[in-house]
Amino acid sequence: MLNDGAVTNKATENDSKQWQSILILFAHPMIHRSNVNKAMIEAVADLDAVRVHDLYAAYPELYIDVEYEQSLLCQHDVIIFHHPFYWYAPPAVLKIWQDLVLQHGFAFGREGSALSDKCFMSVVTCGYDKDTYEESAVNHYTVQELLRPTEQMARFIGMRYMPPYIVYGTHRIRKRDIIAHADEYRSLLIALREGQIRVDDAQKVSKFNLLLSLLRGRER
Amino acid sequence: MTGSLLEQAIVYLGAAVVVVPLVKRFKFSAILGYLIAGIIIGPYVLGWVGQSSEEQTRVLHFAEFGVVMMLFLIGLGLRPALLWKLRVPIIGIGGTQVLLTTIAIALLALAFGLPAKAALTVGMILALSSTAIVIQILNEQGLLTTPAGRNIFSVLLFQDIAAIPMLAVLPLLAMSSANSSKHLSADSLIAHYPAWIQVGLIIGTIACIMLAGRFAFKPIFRLVAATQIRELFTALALLIVIGIAWLMQSLGLSPALGAFVAGVVLAESEYRHQLELDIAPFQGLLLGLFFMMVGAGIDFLLLIHRPLLIVLLVALLVLTKFLILLLVGRLFRMNMVKKTIFAFALAQAGEFAFVLFAMSLQLNVLTADIVSILVLVVALSMMLAPLLMIALDKWIMPRLSQQASSPAEQDTVENDNNPVIIAGYGRFGQMIGRLLMANGITATILENNSDHVETIRRFGQKVYYGDATRADLLASAGAYEAKVLVIALADQTKSLELVEMVKNQFPHLRIFVRATSRAHAYELMDKEVFSFERDTRLSALELGQSVLQQFGFHPYRARRATHLFRQHDKRVMHQLFEVYKENRNDYIESSKRNELIIAEILKADMAGEADSDYGWSVVLSDEEIEAITEDKADDKK
Repeated sequence: MLNDGAVTNKATENDSKQWQSILILFAHPMIHRSNVNKAMIEAVADLDAVRVHDLYAAYPELYIDVEYEQSLLCQHDVIIFHHPFYWYAPPAVLKIWQDLVLQHGFAFGREGSALSDKCFMSVVTCGYDKDTYEESAVNHYTVQELLRPTEQMARFIGMRYMPPYIVYGTHRIRKRDIIAHADEYRSLLIALREGQIRVDDAQKVSKFNLLLSLLRGRER
Repeated sequence: MTGSLLEQAIVYLGAAVVVVPLVKRFKFSAILGYLIAGIIIGPYVLGWVGQSSEEQTRVLHFAEFGVVMMLFLIGLGLRPALLWKLRVPIIGIGGTQVLLTTIAIALLALAFGLPAKAALTVGMILALSSTAIVIQILNEQGLLTTPAGRNIFSVLLFQDIAAIPMLAVLPLLAMSSANSSKHLSADSLIAHYPAWIQVGLIIGTIACIMLAGRFAFKPIFRLVAATQIRELFTALALLIVIGIAWLMQSLGLSPALGAFVAGVVLAESEYRHQLELDIAPFQGLLLGLFFMMVGAGIDFLLLIHRPLLIVLLVALLVLTKFLILLLVGRLFRMNMVKKTIFAFALAQAGEFAFVLFAMSLQLNVLTADIVSILVLVVALSMMLAPLLMIALDKWIMPRLSQQASSPAEQDTVENDNNPVIIAGYGRFGQMIGRLLMANGITATILENNSDHVETIRRFGQKVYYGDATRADLLASAGAYEAKVLVIALADQTKSLELVEMVKNQFPHLRIFVRATSRAHAYELMDKEVFSFERDTRLSALELGQSVLQQFGFHPYRARRATHLFRQHDKRVMHQLFEVYKENRNDYIESSKRNELIIAEILKADMAGEADSDYGWSVVLSDEEIEAITEDKADDKK
C-alpha cells in the first residue's frame, strides 16, 4: 500500500491543469496497528493530484532530506498534516520535519516566502470522544485550541490556515464509522482539489467536517 | 688500539651500552652519553681507541655515514610542500644567521691577530652548528615539530647547504697563499673535466636522484614489498642511501646533501614509514659512533696546557653565536620563548668544522696549532650543547613559560600529526576513514597490503605501507601525539597483538577495534576493550531490515524491529561473556565452546523480548474507555 512512502498520482492532462495539487504529510509511527488512519490514507492514496507522503516510511532513521522536502512543498498548492494526536501534538517525525524543512530563508525571513499563499490544513485523529475535549472534561481544551502551535506556524509562514478535519474516539470506533470517515476524507480532498471549497468560506467554520456536510447538502 | 674488527666493535658497542643508559638515567641526552663514552675509551682515559690517527680517520669515515643517514631521515620527514613552506625561514633566517655569525667571528679572529683570510675562514667554519647534535636533542625533547623546532631546523638546513659552497670557497682563499695545487675535487671522478661540464654533471645527478625517487623507486619498492621478506626491504633502503652517498661523493659533493634530496623525494611515498624504520637503527648506531669519535678526539693535553685560553675561546664562541642568534630571532620577530630555544639550541659549532678545518690545514689557510686549538674548542662546544639544552629545559624554560604562556602562544604549536591512526585500510577501515575525513578529522593510515596502498593513494589519501603491530612504526606514524587508534585489521591474531602492544606502550591511545567474530569480541572484552564493533553485524541487520520490508513491514516498523533485535543481540552477547569466561580455562575446543554459545543465543532469541511501543497505538479495554469517558474530571488524555 503506502510502503514506498510517496505515491504520486498523475492527473489526466485536461483536468489537472485547473486542479489544486495536494501534499499530505502523513505521520504515523505504527501504521500496522492503526485502524482509522490506515483506512483514511488508503482511501485517498489513489487520487489524482493528491500525493501521500508517509514520513516514517521515507525516513525510518528520522533523517530528513530537507532539500527534497522543500521541493515537494513548492510543487503543491495545498499542504496537509495528517497524523494522530499524541500528547496533543503530532508524532516526532513531523516535529523534526517542521524544524528542519521550514527553514529561515525558505519559509520565513526576508527571502523566505516559498510557502506563502499556499493552503494549510491539519487532519487529526484523537483517541477520545469529542466531549472529552471541553473545558470541563479531561482534555480541558478543544482540539482546535490544542492545534494552535500548528495554526500559528502556518500563519507565520504566510499560509492560509483552514480549519482542521478531526476524527474523534478512535479507541473504540466502529468499522462503519471508519468507512464513513474514509469516504468523507476522500470527498473532502476531491472538493479541495477541484476548487469547490473556497478558503474564505472554510475559514469561517471551526472544523472541516461541518463544512463538508454543508457542501454535501448543497450538492444534494 | 689496533685490534681486530671484532674487538673494535666490542669496545664501541660495549662503551655505548654501558655509558649511555647510565647517562640516560640522570635524564641527560643520549648524545652526552656517547660523548662521555668516547672520552672514556679515548686516549686520555682508557686508551682503547684513538691512538693511531689513521685508524681513527677510518672509523670516523664510517661514522659519518650516520650523518648521511640522519639527513636522509630528515628529508623523509619533510614533504616538498613543507620544504616549500619553510623557504622563507631557510633562506631568510638561515642566511642571516650564517652571514652575521661569519662576520662577527671573523672580526673576533682578526682581533686575536689572525690574518684576514684565515679570520674569514674561521668565521665561516664556526658559523655552522651541529646538525647531528641539535636534531638529535630536539627529537629527544620532542621539539622538532614545534615552530621553534622548525626555525632551528631551517637554519641547520641552510648551514648544511652552505657548507658546500664553503668547501668550494676554501681553495679560492688558499689560492693567494701560493698553495693552489690541491683542489677540492681532487679525488672526484669528474675532476679532469672542464668546470661547466662538472656543474652540468652535478645538476644532472641531483635531477636524476629526484626523478628516480619520483618514478623508479616506487615500482622497485612495491616489487620488494610484495616478496614479504622484511630484510630485503631493509637491504633496499640501505642500498638507496649508500648508493646515493657514493654517487655524490664520487662527484665531489656532499653525500649528506644527496641523501637529503633523496629523502625529500621519498617523503611523499607510501613507503616512507617503512624506510624510516629500516634506516633509523643504523642511523642511530652510526651517529652514536660519530659522537664517540668526537669524544675520543678531544685533545685533553692541549686543554691541560692552555686551559685558560681554551675555556675563554669556548665561552667566546658560544656567547657570540648565542647573542647573534638572539639578534636573528629578534629580526625575524620570534617571541621570547621561540627566540630563547633558538639561541640555546644553535650556540655550538658543528661536525662540519672538523672536515673544514682539516681541509684548511691541508690548503694552508690555517696553521696547525690554530687548527688543533679550534678543533678542541669545537669539540668542547659540542659537548656543551646538550648541557645548554638541559639548562634551558630545567631552569630557563620554566620561568619563560610562566611569563608568556598566554593561550595565543600555545595555539601556534602547529603539528601536522593527525589525531587518529587507522591500522588496516581494507573495506572496513576505509569506511571509517572516509567518515572521519568527511567530517574534517584527518587520519594517518597504516596498511600492509602494498597493492591496496597503491590504489588508495591514487585518491589522494595519506596511506603508509607497513605492519601496524610494530611499535616503532606506530610511533613514527605519530602514536605519541595521536589520540585515537582505530584497529580495523582483518586478522584477529594481529588485532589482539596490537591491542596488547598499544595498552603497554601507548596507554594514552583510545582504541576502537573491529571485531571479526564473536570469539574475537570476547577476547577483546577479556582485555577490557569495550569500544569494538563486530564487523558483519550491522550490515547483516541492515540487509535483514530490507528483507522485513519485503514482507510488508512498514520501513519504520522494520527499522524499530531491527533496532530492538540489535539491542537484544548486544545484551545476549554480554550475558554470554560470562559463559565464555567460565569455559575459557576448561579444555574445551574452541569450536565446541562456540557451539555452546550459539545454542545459548538461540535460546535467548526464542524467549523474545516484549515490544514496548504500545504508546503509539493504545488498545484500551472497554472498561478503561468507559472509565475515562464517563469520569470526565479524571486525568488528562
